[in-house]
Amino acid sequence: MAQMTMIQAITDALRTELKNDENVLVFGEDVGQNGGVFRATEGLQEEFGEDRVFDTPLAESAINGLAVGLSLQGFRPVPEIQFFGFVYETMDQISGQMARLRYRSGNTENMPITIRSPFGGGVHTPELHADSLEGLIAQQPGIRVVIPSTPYDAKGLLISSIRNNDPVVFLEHMKLYRSFREDVPEEEYTIDLDKADVKREGKDVTLIAYGAMVHACLKAADELEKENIHAEVIDLRTVSPIDVDTIVESVKKTNRAVVVQEAQRQAGIAANIVAEIQERAILHLEAPVLRVAAPDTVYPFSEAEEVWLPNYKDIIESVKTSINF
Amino acid sequence: MKHVLNSVEEQFEMFQILNEDGEVVNQDDVPALSDDELKELMKRMVYTRILDQRSIALNRQGRLGFYAPTAGQEASQLASQFALEQDDFILPAYRDVPQLIWHGLPLYQAFLFSRGHFHGNQFPEGVNALSPQIIIGAQYIQAAGVALGLKKRGKKAVAVTYTGDGGTSQGDFYEGINFAGAYNAPAIFFVQNNHFAISVPVEKQTAAKTLAQKAVAAGIEGIQVDGMDPLAVYVATKHARERAINNEGPMLIETVTYRYGPHTMAGDDPTRYRTDDLDNEWEKKDPLVRFRKYLEGKGLWSEEQENSVIDQAKEDIKKAIKKADSQPKQKVTDLISFMYEEMPPNLKEQMEDYIEKESK
Ligand SMILES: Cc1ncc(C[n+]2csc(CCOP(=O)(O)OP(=O)(O)O)c2C)c(N)n1
Ligand SMILES: [Mg+2]
Repeated sequence: MAQMTMIQAITDALRTELKNDENVLVFGEDVGQNGGVFRATEGLQEEFGEDRVFDTPLAESAINGLAVGLSLQGFRPVPEIQFFGFVYETMDQISGQMARLRYRSGNTENMPITIRSPFGGGVHTPELHADSLEGLIAQQPGIRVVIPSTPYDAKGLLISSIRNNDPVVFLEHMKLYRSFREDVPEEEYTIDLDKADVKREGKDVTLIAYGAMVHACLKAADELEKENIHAEVIDLRTVSPIDVDTIVESVKKTNRAVVVQEAQRQAGIAANIVAEIQERAILHLEAPVLRVAAPDTVYPFSEAEEVWLPNYKDIIESVKTSINF
Repeated sequence: MKHVLNSVEEQFEMFQILNEDGEVVNQDDVPALSDDELKELMKRMVYTRILDQRSIALNRQGRLGFYAPTAGQEASQLASQFALEQDDFILPAYRDVPQLIWHGLPLYQAFLFSRGHFHGNQFPEGVNALSPQIIIGAQYIQAAGVALGLKKRGKKAVAVTYTGDGGTSQGDFYEGINFAGAYNAPAIFFVQNNHFAISVPVEKQTAAKTLAQKAVAAGIEGIQVDGMDPLAVYVATKHARERAINNEGPMLIETVTYRYGPHTMAGDDPTRYRTDDLDNEWEKKDPLVRFRKYLEGKGLWSEEQENSVIDQAKEDIKKAIKKADSQPKQKVTDLISFMYEEMPPNLKEQMEDYIEKESK
């Protein structure tokens, strides 16, 4: 076992799959010699050559269009979109094209593409570099959205995503890239897609989150423990489609749920989870399912991020509202 | 095959007036600028070089936010803006803050933009410009729109936009120049070719030998200019502006230049992708050095003048930082109130929540 940050675990997963399958290609803006602006592809071009790991011209729509074309030639592309805020440039190639191609071809073609991209806020980037736009892709059937919250999960989920024959948008929260290290096996392993993970067990309330908000939930759970409130924390890991079974099973045990997302309240993943819970477990609930989310404004300029992003205190407050309902 | 056209490059020789030593190599095109105007242009370049150095230092001290260094690109940026009129509308990218400043944006607001404070983008009346664009290429299509608007309104003004060598790969780039061409709209499209898009060299960006030749496909005029030569940039811009307001159509101007510093101050390490040799080669072409020589030769510039500009810049920067520091911190309630003209119910509810939170 080695101690790795999430960015190291991601590089390790890419290296593993570049070694395993010569059809795997890694490309995007600055991913070659520069090793990516976050260094996720550090050393890979040197190791695998420019044929396998290469810089593209500066055009996101073309990067993902290239991935579609390469898939049609039997490759397994792993394009990088340098920041997920730039996804608007390439919405058609993702949602209009690769997500629909299996269907459009009458199930005769597949798109084994894994689009990697940094997302999320709190690291003082310029405008349009930080946002939680996973909801945009989650609205599109035919493509998965996978979001790891730990180095261990990042490696296993990325390998699974690359091996999967359907397209995946794999989102890496920028704040988690180097925030902590943990043991990550050097050998290869996979983690099932479409499966949530119970990151902490508890009997009083279920907290459901993904990405950096998993850590806000764990912190809130630590604090609540001091007041003898035992929170269960579920990390969705795949946010589209949702692992409803794990959530419903937990809610049936705790009878209360708070869904947490960094994205704005008015749309996104959390609303879907609340709907699933009320459809499947309403008679088990002692309180309405609550949401913790950012306010319904555009993502703010960097100086305003701190006051805007949801945090563990907001989660504690919602848990108490639920318990005192 | 006889009908194959495979090159337009030879038609795009680089336009130059001053060489590296500040000597006139193209007497015919020397602009009729007065001595005061020449000195003013030099002053702006020196001032902006100091502003760049101070901004980098302030960023390192954590007193500035996002910053994209400008040293090396002064001729491209400032000599082009120098050829504009106040009514002309600028659509800049993130590196083009200097043009905004000389178009009238107060320095303290430029600093607030860098820090990520909304007041940085609340431009004073009469500063005809948009705040810097972050999405590569997006400003190009908008420039076509502004230009068409100016034309429809019958204004004698142009839309001026800037992108980089990397920007010319975006669909938006082609869409923008093509629209402006189709509408014969008064737009000037600058490509500051500083040879790198973060780490990617221009040779990997495109198989085209010049970026100016991309104008040909859109059916508009294009020119490649020595972007380290302030006089050449000025003349090309003036020419483009004249044509545009005379309804002769938009123009694409490639300025061949270099950025000495890192891409931005957020962790870019140029030693990963370029050599000292290349840096040195370009520093020999420095726009300030060559313009200083030119002006000294005319007896228009001295060390005292240079020093007084430097002192002035430092003084202005100090004051502007102080003023930026005194700006009230942004609140979520500010943001909520900026979303719509009329606040919808979801935001009214959230407004109340945040008023309470912020009062604690
Ligand atoms: C749509 C989009 N894609 C990617 C980026 C990230 N990015 C910022 S600057 C840059 C390189 C731009 O290079 P160039 O156009 O040559 O301009 P320069 O920075 O050299 O002035 C990239 C890839 C972005 N801001 N927007
Ligand atoms: Mg460039």
